Formats: sequence, structure tokens, C-alpha cells
Amino acid sequence: MQLAGTLGSAQTAAGAGERVAYDYGVVRLFTIATVFWGVAAFLAGVYIALQLAFPVLNLDFEFTSFGRLRPLHTSAAVFAFGGNALFATSLYVVQRTCRAPLWGGPAAAEFLFWGYQLFIVMAATGYVLGITQGREYAEPEWYVDIWLTLVWVLYFAIFVGTIVRRNEPHIYVANWFFLAFIITVAVLHLGNNLAVPVSLLGAKSYSVFSGVQDALTQWWYGHNAVGFFLTAGFLGIMYYFVPKRADRPIYSYRLSIVHFWSLIFLYIWAGPHHLHYTALPDWAQSLGMMFSVMLWMPSWGGMINGLMTLSGAWDKLRTDPVLRFMVASVGFYGMSTFEGPVMSIKAVNALSHYTDWTVGHVHSGALGWVAFISFGAVYFLVPKLWGKRELWSLKLVSYHFWISTIGIVLYITAMWVSGIMQGLMWRAYDKLGFLQYSFAETVAAMHPYYVIRAMGGVLFLLGALIMIYNLVKTVRAGEPAREEAPAPAPAAA
Amino acid sequence: MKFKHALLERNVVLLAIGIVVTIAIGGLVEIVPLHTIKSTIEPVQGVRPYTPLELAGRNIYMREGCYNCHSQMVRPFRDEVERYGHYSLAAESMYDHPFQWGSKRTGPDLARVGGKYSNEWHVAHFKDPRAVVPESIMPTYGFLARRDLAIKDIAAHLKALRAVGVPYTDDMVKNAAADLAAQADPEADTKGLTDRYPKAALGDFDGDPKRLTEMDAIIAYMQILGRMVDFKTVKPEQLRQ
Repeated sequence: MQLAGTLGSAQTAAGAGERVAYDYGVVRLFTIATVFWGVAAFLAGVYIALQLAFPVLNLDFEFTSFGRLRPLHTSAAVFAFGGNALFATSLYVVQRTCRAPLWGGPAAAEFLFWGYQLFIVMAATGYVLGITQGREYAEPEWYVDIWLTLVWVLYFAIFVGTIVRRNEPHIYVANWFFLAFIITVAVLHLGNNLAVPVSLLGAKSYSVFSGVQDALTQWWYGHNAVGFFLTAGFLGIMYYFVPKRADRPIYSYRLSIVHFWSLIFLYIWAGPHHLHYTALPDWAQSLGMMFSVMLWMPSWGGMINGLMTLSGAWDKLRTDPVLRFMVASVGFYGMSTFEGPVMSIKAVNALSHYTDWTVGHVHSGALGWVAFISFGAVYFLVPKLWGKRELWSLKLVSYHFWISTIGIVLYITAMWVSGIMQGLMWRAYDKLGFLQYSFAETVAAMHPYYVIRAMGGVLFLLGALIMIYNLVKTVRAGEPAREEAPAPAPAAA
Repeated sequence: MKFKHALLERNVVLLAIGIVVTIAIGGLVEIVPLHTIKSTIEPVQGVRPYTPLELAGRNIYMREGCYNCHSQMVRPFRDEVERYGHYSLAAESMYDHPFQWGSKRTGPDLARVGGKYSNEWHVAHFKDPRAVVPESIMPTYGFLARRDLAIKDIAAHLKALRAVGVPYTDDMVKNAAADLAAQADPEADTKGLTDRYPKAALGDFDGDPKRLTEMDAIIAYMQILGRMVDFKTVKPEQLRQ
């Protein structure tokens, strides 16, 4: 009940007369950046997907080769699109649920915004020029890492500072998730990027750890980039925006406590499942598998809490495509957090590892969960932030929803088929006991699925372009809200 | 006294401490023992630091993002051992800063590619993969052959690696620049080089003996992969982790 109380009073804060001067400027900036980088990430993804189907698209040019563009795509998706979405939503949610403006004022917030964009640009230009640490999802070199550390400390200060000056007795559950995300990402970033630069004037560095220890440190980081950046942070989004849009309190307060602590406790252990059957000692692999399977439970705890929040409001799915985005995202979350534990089982992993199945799994999480909940939050936020009554067109939101959903389905089914097929081809023997397929034959067999996957990506990109059109129209031509921002329009809450 | 969760919900400092403690446990339990349990690294002979040229090649390998499509980790399965060779040991990458085990095989595993193909094959393949493997979807890397290997201070690289634990000797650091050039020069005296770095592949790699190119470096790296440990001399008990 406390949760509903906290959320409820935030809702009525402005109406009650004690107006809080919320800082929406920086939230607007981060929202624009979310959409911008989202399209950049999807575009890069479509391009490199096409490169795998048609290698001539590498253009015989070092700056456009798959090896340099793939980190560009992953970083754009995770850190630029996902990161900006987390900044936009967390800085909005923390103000609303604490009934307090951002700590540090607009100047600090704006520095945070430009500092983070600078990080993205420094990282991205580095990849294209070949400046990389060679660690997946942690490619930026040491000087970029130091810059990000400074930006992150400021983020932590603004977020926690705002909580400290709150006008609510309780810290709302969404903020627990955001806080866990901010703290853990800081720990992971520092732990995984320990390196010695060759020279203070050069970009190159060598990691402090090597071989097997380095591998586990990297996947402790890598898996928890998923667990805390792409899960805990986005659960924070779910815990605010789903109840707001559905106009219902969170289903279970007790469940949110249990699943919060168990989720963050268990996630950290799951890294070794990226290293099954490698030179990592068996005991570590077994621990990683065991905790990955256990992780299924708190993950579904979160899903149940999100979905059941719609109790009594399911009919809204028919009329509100924004809510549909959010609910579908929670559905995808449930699906990929079931698929993940299955793939972490060693016998399954023996087949799935090194194949496209992993890629498909990541994208059902990244497109279905992360991107969909972000689209839902952006559709929710834009009218509020620009003082409009509603979006320009709910019909276009609906088109966006279906086009992207079909895109995701094409993507993940193509990757299931290609991944499982390639895994089986690698281990196939002929009647005489020889390996049946050369590696090159298994590559050739992937071609049709790579084409289908790229088509799925094109649809997803197309959906995002429809979103941009709709958002621009909303800002330019949307009907003004009856009461201007910062006060929320009660009718639309 | 009965614990109430409301305590954490009302105090951000306690909440933050709770989070830090909760997330610290798993990482500590899994990572610390890897540094303390001796048998994590198998006691096999032969693994040595990379030669300056191999190291330069390895840096090109990372620069081009080869790890996005190629693993360097053979798993202990019948099909992998038959396709690639003996399964990979932790010892074989103990001087790899960072590790390059990879996570995806869009192309084949490279952990034991050393010695499998000739230098000429590698040059042809890097310049136009589809000329030698028609089904390949690998990008072309002809520019590696056109570009001189530009490393201003290779000794500084060796020193940085020594700082993180790679046993480069003073002798190796002192001769780094000379070794870098000598390995790809068919005319050079390579006695010191092969003493310092046994099994290093020698000679002109890129088909152009007059120049030291990035192609020389990447092929020198390819040709050492998986060749350091002589598995004929390894006993099963040495492989127990």
C-alpha cells in the first residue's frame, strides 16, 4: 500500500497547490537523444546485418568493415539508445516520485547530458578509427573510460541528491532499481576496465588481467551490463510507467521487494554461463549455470508484477497502443528471461554457444523488452514534457507497434533456425564417421536467414521512423494540455 | 527486533549500502579464487610472451574487431577437437591482455590456426577471402598489405605488458625494435630472436620482403596461434584444473 500511496501523492502533487518546479529541460534533451541514437543504432544494425548477407557491403574499406561497425551498433543500441532512455526516465521519475527538483540544478543536469553525449561520440569515433580495447561491450579505451567515470559520478550525485531532498517519506520502488543500476554499473565499469596505458599521449592500453581471469572479469561485466543496464534500469522504467499509463497501482508491494533483492543478488553470479566448456574451471561454470537457472524466478517475479498491474485494466490494451507497447515489452522480458536460463544449461549451451541463437536471444531482449518499454516511456513522456494533451496520432503508434513486432518475430525466428541449424551442422557426422560439413558449408547455409533477419531489422527501423514522425507532429501540432507543464494533466495520467 | 523493509525505503544511504553488499558477493566468490587457486592455470610447458611482431599483429586483430566473428577457444567436444585440434587450455592465453576467446563463430575458431595454412594462402585470403573460400562472408583486408607497420615505440608496449605481469625480460625489451623488424626480414640474423621467442615463425610473410607491413604482423600472429604448447609431451594429469 505504501507504493500506491507514494505514486498517488506524486500524481496529485501539483494539483494540491504546492507546485514543485520540476526540471524537465534535461529530460527533454535526453528524450530527444534517445530517439536520435535509437535510429542510429537500428540503422547500423540493419547495415551490418546486410553485410553478413552480402559481404560486398563491407565496401573494401577499413572504416566500414563489419569488425569495426559491429561495436558501433552494439554500443549505439546499449549505451546511446538504452543509456539515454535510462537517463531521461530516471531523471523524470526521481523528480516526480520524490516531489523534488533535480539536485544540482539545471546546469549540472545539462553538463551530465553533454558529458554523456561526448562519451558516446568519443567511443563511436574510436571504433571506426580502430581504437578499441577488444572487449565486447567494453570497447572504449582508457581515456574514454575515465571520462565516463566522471560523468557517472555526477549522475549518481544528481540522482541520490534528489532522493535525499525528497518530500516523500518513502523511496519509490522504481528508484531502487535505478539506484541499483547506477551503483552496479559503476562497479562493473571500474572493475572491467582496469588497464595500463602504453603512453599517456596514446590511445592504446593493456588490460591488467589476462586469459582466464580476464575472461571471467569481462563476462562478469558483460552479463551484468545486461543484468543492470538493460534489466534493472529498465525495470525501473516499468515500475513507474506501466502503473501510470494503466492508472493502476503496482500489483504487489511484497513481490517487488522480494524480486528486487533476489534479482540483484543472483544476476551477478550468472557471468560464467558465457564461458561454458571453455578453459574456465568447471566449478565456476557450474556456479554460473546454477545461478542463471535460479535467476528465472526473480525475473518472472518482475514480469508478473508488471503484467498483473493491469488487473482490471486489460481492456485498455484495445484502445491504448502505448500501453500495448509496455505490456508487450514485459511479455518479451518474460520470454527472454526464460530462454536465457535454458541456454545457460550446459547441455543446451554446447549447441547454442558461438551460434546465432545467442544473437537472437539478445535481440528478443533488446528489441522486445528494452526498446519496446523505451518506446512506451517516450510516447508517455513527450506529450507531458512538451505540454500536450496526447500524442498526435495513436493510430501511428499502433502501426509502429505492429510493424516492429513483426520485425522482431522475423528477426528472432530467423536466428533460432540459423543458430540451431549451424550448431547441429558443426557436430554432424557422416556414415563413415567423418565430420559431415566443412565450416564454409555451414556459413553458406546461413544466407537465407541473414536476409530474413535483415528484413526484420528494416521493419523495426521503419517503425522507429514512424515514431519520429509522430513525435515531431506531437510537439509541433499537438493539442496543448489544459494545464501547462510542469503540472501533469490529470485526465491523461 | 523485527526487520522492516521500510527502513531501507526511507534511508537512501542504507539502501545503497544494501545494494553494494548484495551485488559484491557473487563477483567476489567467483573471481577471487581464480587468482588464488593455483591449478586454474595448467602447468604445461611452452607458453611464452608474444614476439614484438606477433604482438603488433594481435593489436591489429583487435583493432579490426576480428573477435566479433572468430573465437579462440576450442571446446572439449569430439567435433571441435577433430575440426580445430586439441581443446584450449587456460595456460595458452595466460599472457593474453586482454583475452580474445570470443563469443561467436561467424567464421571458424582460430585458436589453432597457426601452421595450418601457408603465408601465401593468408595473404590471398586477407586480400579477398572469397577468392580462396567462395562461401566466405569475411570483409576484405587488402589495405593491411599496403600499409607499413607503424609502431613508434614497441618497447613501451612490452614495458606496459610487463607492468601487468607478462614476463618480458630486459633483453626482450632492449631488442624489441630490432626483433620487430628481424622476424619478417629473410636477410636478418634471427638467432637472438629465436632464443628469446622459441617457435616464432620467421621470414617474409606478406610476399614483399622489402617492406614491413601490417600484413606481415597479422600473419605472424596467425602463425603462432595454438602452436606454443607441444601436446605430445603433455600428460593428462597436467590438464587437471
